[in-house]
Amino acid sequence: MKELLELYLEFMKIGAVNFGGGYAMLPLLERELVTEKKWVTTEDLLDYFAIGQCTPGVIALNVSTFIGNKRKGTLGGVVASLGFLSIPILIILVIAMFLTNFADLPVVKNAFAGIRVCVCVLIFQAVLRLWSKSIVDKVTLALYLVIFFLAAFGSLLPVKVPAAVLVICAGVFGVFFGKGGEKK
Amino acid sequence: MIYLRLFINFFKTGLFTVGGGLATLPFLYEMSDATHWFSHGDIADMIAISESTPGAIGINMATYAGFKTGGIPGGFVATVGLAAPSIIIILIISRFLARFRTNPYVEKAFYGLRAASIAMITAAGLNVARIALVDIPAFQETGSVTDLVLWKAVLLAIAVFLFMKKFKTHPIVVLAASACVGILFRFGGV
Repeated sequence: MKELLELYLEFMKIGAVNFGGGYAMLPLLERELVTEKKWVTTEDLLDYFAIGQCTPGVIALNVSTFIGNKRKGTLGGVVASLGFLSIPILIILVIAMFLTNFADLPVVKNAFAGIRVCVCVLIFQAVLRLWSKSIVDKVTLALYLVIFFLAAFGSLLPVKVPAAVLVICAGVFGVFFGKGGEKK
Repeated sequence: MIYLRLFINFFKTGLFTVGGGLATLPFLYEMSDATHWFSHGDIADMIAISESTPGAIGINMATYAGFKTGGIPGGFVATVGLAAPSIIIILIISRFLARFRTNPYVEKAFYGLRAASIAMITAAGLNVARIALVDIPAFQETGSVTDLVLWKAVLLAIAVFLFMKKFKTHPIVVLAASACVGILFRFGGV
């Protein structure tokens, strides 16, 4: 019971600061769950993100379910997910009730312009840190460059390849050409 | 029974939106036309609100539409409906993963998946940078590089980078500090 409560509160905290989409959450998850709580490894997190990209729903929520489940089984998964949802639900309820022009308030606009700057630095630092764990040779580097290009500049191409398709292709590619299987 | 209809409608949306975030939008427009629970204008407002709150657009829209049609319980029911399919699917995958994690093919798949994961993260970072650090519309209008770069934002980015490197501060603290800097120096231009 105490551990479930801890799961709930931890993911409530993460849900409260999940700005800028799921991937922006990675630096925060790393700090909270890998460095401080030691519930998962960085590799686990990357795996969850990859799977979350190919399954329905918000990636950040997928990651919460995964980690909750890893800690305390099915119930843990549900508890972590509900924790993650708590603050966003409350915020929108408050906005819907009282603040119809919330997004137009100058203080909100200015604060979030500042937060966005911080989010890109956090993501950039996460990429630097995670680089050595995922880009291990020339094959993974090539895979990285191709997927990065398609994901970042896909909208300039005649057909935009959905992110889920990119990730699934990378997985299939790994099965055929990957060097996995060795122990860490 | 409005709660059941809310749950089912958002459950369906949750089930079919792969990749999260903006992938929810076409489903929301469809739902708006079919149910009139919220208008297209509401969706546009919710995109703006979602950019200024921690939640994802799909989750926020569910809470908002649920509240408008069924009050506070409606907000909860719709949100849980949207989240339920993804929670169920991840719980099933977790079970599968626990059993097959050491399978060499699964290991090899993850060799490719991790490279993809980090590539997606980089792309996401670039997308945020595109609105946070540069002003592309202003550049297109004047063609001058001084209008392209948001100097205040770039300075803050460098400061955050160096600060994080030196002090290993918790991300939440840096986020809050950046919000304050944004307000003090009018980063949003208003």
